[in-house]
Amino acid sequence: MSLDLRKEKGISLSDQKFDWKDLVRLPISKLNDDAFTRVRVILLNGIEADALRFKHICGRMNKELRPHLAKIRRVEHFQQTMVNWLLPPDQSPLETTIGYEQVAIEVTASVAQHEPNPYLAQVYRFGLLEDFDHMYRYSALMDRVEGKDPNNILQNYTDVIPGRPTAVEHRDPQDDLRDHYDRTNAHPLSKLHAVTIMSAEYQTHDYYMNIGPTFADPVARQLYAEIAAIEEQHVTQYESLSDPTESWLEKWLLHEATECYNYLSCASYESNPRIKSIWERFLDYEIGHIRYVSELFSKIERRDPAEVIPDSLPEPIKFESHRDFIRETLKNEVDLRTSGTQFIHKDQETPDSPSVIYRNQLNSKGIPSEIVADGYQWRPGTELKVYPKAA
Amino acid sequence: MKKKSNEIGMNRTGNASSPVDSKKMLENVDPNVSTAPRIEKSRISAVRTAYSENAAPVGSVPPPASVKGAITTGAQMLTGKNPAVFINKLGERLAFERTGTRLYQAVISRYDVLKATPGFPKLADLKKIHGDELAHFQMLWDSLVELGADPTVVTPGADLAGVESTGLLQVITDPRTRGAECLHSLLVAELADHDGWEMLIDLARSLGHDTLAGRFEKALQQEEMHLSSVRNWMTTIINNEAAA
Repeated sequence: MSLDLRKEKGISLSDQKFDWKDLVRLPISKLNDDAFTRVRVILLNGIEADALRFKHICGRMNKELRPHLAKIRRVEHFQQTMVNWLLPPDQSPLETTIGYEQVAIEVTASVAQHEPNPYLAQVYRFGLLEDFDHMYRYSALMDRVEGKDPNNILQNYTDVIPGRPTAVEHRDPQDDLRDHYDRTNAHPLSKLHAVTIMSAEYQTHDYYMNIGPTFADPVARQLYAEIAAIEEQHVTQYESLSDPTESWLEKWLLHEATECYNYLSCASYESNPRIKSIWERFLDYEIGHIRYVSELFSKIERRDPAEVIPDSLPEPIKFESHRDFIRETLKNEVDLRTSGTQFIHKDQETPDSPSVIYRNQLNSKGIPSEIVADGYQWRPGTELKVYPKAA
Repeated sequence: MKKKSNEIGMNRTGNASSPVDSKKMLENVDPNVSTAPRIEKSRISAVRTAYSENAAPVGSVPPPASVKGAITTGAQMLTGKNPAVFINKLGERLAFERTGTRLYQAVISRYDVLKATPGFPKLADLKKIHGDELAHFQMLWDSLVELGADPTVVTPGADLAGVESTGLLQVITDPRTRGAECLHSLLVAELADHDGWEMLIDLARSLGHDTLAGRFEKALQQEEMHLSSVRNWMTTIINNEAAA
């Protein structure tokens, strides 16, 4: 499924309307829908949340753009509402957390494999192994605190084993910065990837910051505090991939293209027809946004939008298990660390490396991710299940 | 109303629904390794203990709003070494009865759909229980006032009863839940309610509040009827569905 952005008309902004019943639909089924339907709901909520975040900050800095930003932002607020309200009420915050980490693992794995820039691909693989470890830690929490199996949410698509240990993911802020792509010669897909993963990680950070205090158990409260800190680092990392010399309008146009790309990807893979029709409708809405912003771009910056957004959208994000790629990445890169914007082997860290000093301080009175997962090994159902000893 | 909850369908949570991928998951599992920690010696236990040792309670019971007023009305006087215990438990029952009333209202508000479940109770039966719960709430409110306590206070027991009840309301107000599922939620509420009244009666008697204990015993008799009704409805529905 490819899309020529210049030919598609989409739905014009004036025809993008909602009512409360339209917005608040029956949710997906935690038990019956495919895990990737949940992944897509969470991802698109993150994309829309960032669409709002960007437009608010942009509005603070650009008086001339404010009326236009307000108009599109209102529609995107409602898009986010309809998307996020698809999550079901029987899905606990911890179960939703497992869903968030599945997004971070499987979507980032797809992006890492299709990213044309080798350095950026390395950044995605690096972050992927950290979210992969978060899944293992939250799974231990789920089994040991809620008495539930995380695989009921994952549906066997994603392994539950340790990644780069969360305990060593704590880094000095300077070691979370990365080099950015060059807006003048970067492949369009690199730009779409950067906005996509940054958005997903930003919402993950915000989600953990909101639900962390809703847990009674101090073990859970500590674990959310610890992993939220890594998500903040990941936002720092992924945010620094975008070229800071892009103009506000250029970034806006790029964001709309990213939204199109994500809805197109989700519509391409969606197995639930009721949900697919939402992705298709919002793809048409996003095309309408691109047309609107393209006109602004031409008028205000006197530049051709084709300089910024591709004529056609690339191959969709692959919503499928990337188990083999992840296992291979884990085997080869689990011992990577960072020094500034560069990747190093853990042996190259010294006791006076800024990140070593930083993490030793944070971890000095116990490490929540180690405490909760002490000796944990996922097995079907629960670690409590005892099997007959093998002969 | 579409399907029943206990019909065969595409539930994807189990391993059998993904035979290929579930085998790959098992590549990470060593069945000879038992990982579950002895909980009393676990690091999880150490964290919970350390926090618990330093934690203040969730809250406290305020002093009676008008002890003098309570004495002059001559209705009841707070007795016992620690009257806060009685106030706390009265507040808890008050909160539970108020939420219980809302639980039945939620079921009644969905009655046109829920009644499709064969064996689901008559509307009049649900309204009768709803009326009882509301009357219990009113009676507890008045009792607290007679004791000079403030019935609008959230006591610690009331607060935690609210936390406990959260899941019950979630089940009953979920548009996807069916008759037997809602009745199960009511059953959990009625079981806790029943024992709550028994304990409150014992406490009232031990503190010499015989007038209050007499009122509470009437409430308990009604709660016993509620419990047995809900239990019977649920059993009937489940048996009906299994036989259908």
